[in-house]
Amino acid sequence: MDFVVIFFLVCGLVFFTGGAVGILRFPDFYSRLHPAGKLDTMGSLLMMGALSLYNLHHFTLGNMLTSLKIILIVAFVFLSSPTAIHGIVDAGMRAGLGPWTKGDRRR
Amino acid sequence: METLFLFVSLYLCLIMVLSLYRGIFGPTVLDRLIGVNAVGSKTVVLLILIGLIYERVDMFVDIAMAYAMLNFIAVLAASRYFQKRKGLYKEMK
Repeated sequence: MDFVVIFFLVCGLVFFTGGAVGILRFPDFYSRLHPAGKLDTMGSLLMMGALSLYNLHHFTLGNMLTSLKIILIVAFVFLSSPTAIHGIVDAGMRAGLGPWTKGDRRR
Repeated sequence: METLFLFVSLYLCLIMVLSLYRGIFGPTVLDRLIGVNAVGSKTVVLLILIGLIYERVDMFVDIAMAYAMLNFIAVLAASRYFQKRKGLYKEMK
């Protein structure tokens, strides 16, 4: 059981690292939203799943309720994080921010 | 196992510092908003890790849930506010 927890934790850290590197290195605003929207959500899912699995180590009713709350947070993040990213894209489009084309300076 | 959680928390803090670079030096306001959103979504995981280290996860999980909701509302409100600022990005090009 500990092995599964460690495996999912390391997988989540890999996803978070990819998200951070993507946010740092993509050339413009719209392409930066891609790692920010997808990789953070997946890393949250993996790490929260591992932590809720570890929390069930001593199986009591209170621990099960806590793990259920962690799964509830994951469900909320899965709904809210792409919605927030979509809101930022919409703000960029309405504010008239143009996309990056080939040959432009990296912003 | 708690030593592992401690090192995972330290690594998450390092990744948050990397995302904070985009939050400080981002060329437009919306880039800064992306950085703040990334830091916030990592903070939710970090709060549960802190709860597991202190063995009070039943208390910290409620704080993490409230923080997730607050992060979502803050990012939506800020993006709704900054879409009105037409011409804000002209000087950046």
